[in-house]
Amino acid sequence: MSEKSERTARLSVFKTYKLYVGGKFPRSESGRVYEVTDSKGNWLANAPLASRKDARDAVVAARKAFGGWSGATAYNRGQVLYRVAEMLEGRREQFVREVADAEGLSKSKAAAVVDAAVDRWVWYAGWTDKIAQVVGGANPVAGPFFNLSTPEPTGVVTVLAPQDSSFLGLVSVIAPVIATGNTVVVIASERSPLPALSLGEVLATSDLPGGVVNVLTGRTAEIAAPLASHQDVNAIDLAGADAELARELEVAAADNLKRVVRPQAVDHWETPGIERLTAFLETKTVWHPTGALGAAGSSY
Amino acid sequence: MTMEKRSSAFEYAPAPESRSVVDIAPSYGLFIDGEFTEAADGRVFKTVSPSTEEVLSEVARAGAEDVDRAVRAARTAFVKWSALPGSERAKYLFRIARIIQERSRELAVLETLDNGKPIKETRDADLPLVAAHFFYYAGWADKLDHAGFGADPRPLGVAGQVIPWNFPLLMLAWKIAPALATGNTVVLKPAETTPLSALFFADICRQAGLPRGVVNILPGYGDAGAALVEHPDVNKVAFTGSTAVGKAIARQVAGSHKKVTLELGGKGANIVFDDAPVDQAVEGIVSGIFFNQGQVCCAGSRLLVQESIQDELLDSLKRRLSTLRLGDPLDKNTDIGAINSAEQLSRITSLVEQGESEGAERWSPACELPSSGYWFAPTLFTNVTQAHTIARDEIFGPVLSVLSFRTPDEAVAKANNSQYGLSAGIWSEKGSRILAVAGKLRAGVIWSNTFNKFDPTSPFGGYKESGFGREGGRHGLEAYLDV
Amino acid sequence: MPTTAPAFRDVTASDSTLRRFLHGLPGVDAVGLESRAAALGTRSIKTTAKAYAIDLAISMVDLTTLEGADTPGKVRALGAKAVRPDPTDRTTPATAAVCVYPDMVATAKEAVAGSAVKVASVATAFPAGRAALDVKLADVRDAVAAGADEIDMVIDRGAFLAGHYMKVYDEITAVKEVSGDARLKVIFETGELSTYDNIRRASWLGMLAGADFIKTSTGKVAVNATPANTLLMLEAVRDFRAQTGIQIGVKPAGGIRTTKDAVKFLVLVNETAGEDWLDNHWFRFGASSLLNDLLMQRQKLATGRYSGPDYVTVD
Repeated sequence: MSEKSERTARLSVFKTYKLYVGGKFPRSESGRVYEVTDSKGNWLANAPLASRKDARDAVVAARKAFGGWSGATAYNRGQVLYRVAEMLEGRREQFVREVADAEGLSKSKAAAVVDAAVDRWVWYAGWTDKIAQVVGGANPVAGPFFNLSTPEPTGVVTVLAPQDSSFLGLVSVIAPVIATGNTVVVIASERSPLPALSLGEVLATSDLPGGVVNVLTGRTAEIAAPLASHQDVNAIDLAGADAELARELEVAAADNLKRVVRPQAVDHWETPGIERLTAFLETKTVWHPTGALGAAGSSY
Repeated sequence: MTMEKRSSAFEYAPAPESRSVVDIAPSYGLFIDGEFTEAADGRVFKTVSPSTEEVLSEVARAGAEDVDRAVRAARTAFVKWSALPGSERAKYLFRIARIIQERSRELAVLETLDNGKPIKETRDADLPLVAAHFFYYAGWADKLDHAGFGADPRPLGVAGQVIPWNFPLLMLAWKIAPALATGNTVVLKPAETTPLSALFFADICRQAGLPRGVVNILPGYGDAGAALVEHPDVNKVAFTGSTAVGKAIARQVAGSHKKVTLELGGKGANIVFDDAPVDQAVEGIVSGIFFNQGQVCCAGSRLLVQESIQDELLDSLKRRLSTLRLGDPLDKNTDIGAINSAEQLSRITSLVEQGESEGAERWSPACELPSSGYWFAPTLFTNVTQAHTIARDEIFGPVLSVLSFRTPDEAVAKANNSQYGLSAGIWSEKGSRILAVAGKLRAGVIWSNTFNKFDPTSPFGGYKESGFGREGGRHGLEAYLDV
Repeated sequence: MPTTAPAFRDVTASDSTLRRFLHGLPGVDAVGLESRAAALGTRSIKTTAKAYAIDLAISMVDLTTLEGADTPGKVRALGAKAVRPDPTDRTTPATAAVCVYPDMVATAKEAVAGSAVKVASVATAFPAGRAALDVKLADVRDAVAAGADEIDMVIDRGAFLAGHYMKVYDEITAVKEVSGDARLKVIFETGELSTYDNIRRASWLGMLAGADFIKTSTGKVAVNATPANTLLMLEAVRDFRAQTGIQIGVKPAGGIRTTKDAVKFLVLVNETAGEDWLDNHWFRFGASSLLNDLLMQRQKLATGRYSGPDYVTVD
């Protein structure tokens, strides 16, 4: 898209970048866009400037998708996440270019970022059907009861994607959220939103049901405010907020006691732990009487 | 004093537990740095017995200055306490557990006096669970490396803990046992209507030889709780209480590095299907809403009954309620004790009046209430819909709202139609139905074919506005570890 | 009185309707049932309530001897004890009945003559019940002819466990018919039925077939009367009366040896079936050693001293 890469005989076709909401690619309801530039200030594209109404629509889509996605088998979710990795791998060159432009990286450095992002999908794809065994289990209560704790997804999660790591950081915060069955409304890096919007195109062709991931771009603070106070959002990851914004949003999030992940320094190059998986899990504990089978050794 | 005028010759004679096993001093101080001390500003408050309104004792009332003093004591104690080998911390906790067992009758009577709940409950539920909780977490103290939180997980530091009045000593155990096991030190504020058992616990800490400053107890009101939550040198906030206060705390700690767990309100649905084990379901409904006078965050305060068995179930339930015995909490045959405070009684009363004014039908068994103290007869409401206030708001009293449903899907939808998500009950003899419904309910604790069961190994806590974090079990360690 | 309550005549029309009915009864959750029974067991019955309960319990005892070694002398001693349990205290109530094998009925009748104490006789090839129907009925006829006021029959557990409910039903109705005016207690041998669901079904089967009493056990197997199975049967008679208006008695038997146990059972009666059953016409204890413990406790209440085995009669 930049002058350098398009120096060919034919005139290239520009892409219109659009939001990804409910499995569709709408323009912003506001009709507004903002200019996205590379690290040197060169124009790359116009990105949708999402409004609070886009945020509202995204929550509706995410809520609608929650039942099906959280109800899918963990095996199935793993298959879908792995499919995302497959689709990304096939569009590797495109993402290398976009990440290089977005973050001012050399082609080889950008390639390393994209490879790491692909691998991250694979890592989380493998977690979908294992996390319950790691964090759940039987509890040996002192009585004739079967007692089992299992993790369940929290619900609709708003994620403020990291501002500086527009692709690897983005993948690192949304993959763990959806791996466990949550659905997500993600606000892309404000300065570098294009890789996120392109990821939407990958997700749309990866067997991921519409609405599981919804991508918004624009002014982070403006979009995040209504999401933080939204009564039908269950949790918020403040990764992409600065300290002041994070505090404001955490206050707003208290209105319905959202689960809040505060911003923290994370090295996205390292293999993640399970913290981002467990941050958006609830523990459900089910009791049932056992009793005994018959008269032998008990009073029935 | 009993609920029904029993014409039977088999009238149970009074069987009061002896008060002489407990010696309540006329006054108590704050417990800071291993010493009982007056409040900095010298303020005190009275704690009364809710069943008689008798003043039990006068207790120092903590203020912001006392909170600061206690937090500093806890911070100083943290250095050595967190550096102790886990096996040594474990032994302190085992000692505490044993002393609680030894003194359990004394503590049960004390709790009944200060709280108003029946001795049957403090003796058979509260105290055994308190001791068990300390035993359970004692064993974790030297095994944290193997708890699934990575090698050598670190404590957070000073834990500020604020607990409610409904299970005073049990909530203390839920807070203090995991905090100490993981190497934190504690400043705990008991509720203003039930400070005594926490102060007796301070004495147990002394008997156990617990190093000074590891546990600090600050009786007081909401202002002291707020000061504790706000204190910059507190690393961890744990609160059990109302959702409104929980939200205020969540706002207070915003932008800080304090780790927070909240156990808040609930409006638990108790779902009875037409294939339920009916007699046991009736018992479960009764225990679900009348245990501890319904002053239980996980109470089954909404009965959702399948329409095809509603009439017969209600007949059985009413018959059963007529056998409940309300009166002197110290009487070993009392099923229903006093409401904890005049304030709580007036809240219950006003919500019940609202239920009536919104058109729900109110029923109570014939019931004579004592002339002094705070009392409310077991009450059930029929003709309740999802739109009624009494079907939505937490009443925190012995008041059951009865709603009906036609299909499992409808039951799930109605049960989940709440801002809360703490507990739920399912009654059915069909295993697949139980598992399917349990899977769809958005609540942290699901009791199927039972209700109100607790165990130190079993994680407890809510979804949605019922709070976050879990207490109990391996899960309960996470709240006190830097992980 | 019709054998089957009119409200349930359709139920006993055929084997399949009976089976459908019994299998359609609400299930029983074992843990919940046992915990309810245990909770009622924590009632603290003191002073006046205890005195009342002890006298009531004495009056409900079916003083029992069912041994191969029973002799007329043993039965006469038992009869005397039933009529006058505590020779040192004439205010002590008599027991409800003595319970003996059919061949001892005549002796027992003589021993209690002139008192209100009834003679109950086990019959129907007690305790196993493994005999032809004719033999069982002959057993019953003998007992009735000898003057038995009450017949304690055992059901055919084999037939019940095989699902042949109609066979069990028919046998009970046949016994009922030859029992004449004698009240019929139907023993389920709950320890062999094994599950609470079975005990509930057996209770309804017995009540539908015309039992005057439903009784837990023979006292001859490992698990006899327990608070839980008795609670379950009390629920059955309560519900049966609510639906038919017919009141049926309950008799736990075997394993109830102490006053404390007996009082717990009375609490179960009081808070489950209700005070209408607090009478020896509707509730009995099948027991032997229980009586002496009740008597010692009665003496303790009267004198303030603990009594000892030398102050009650050995039978």
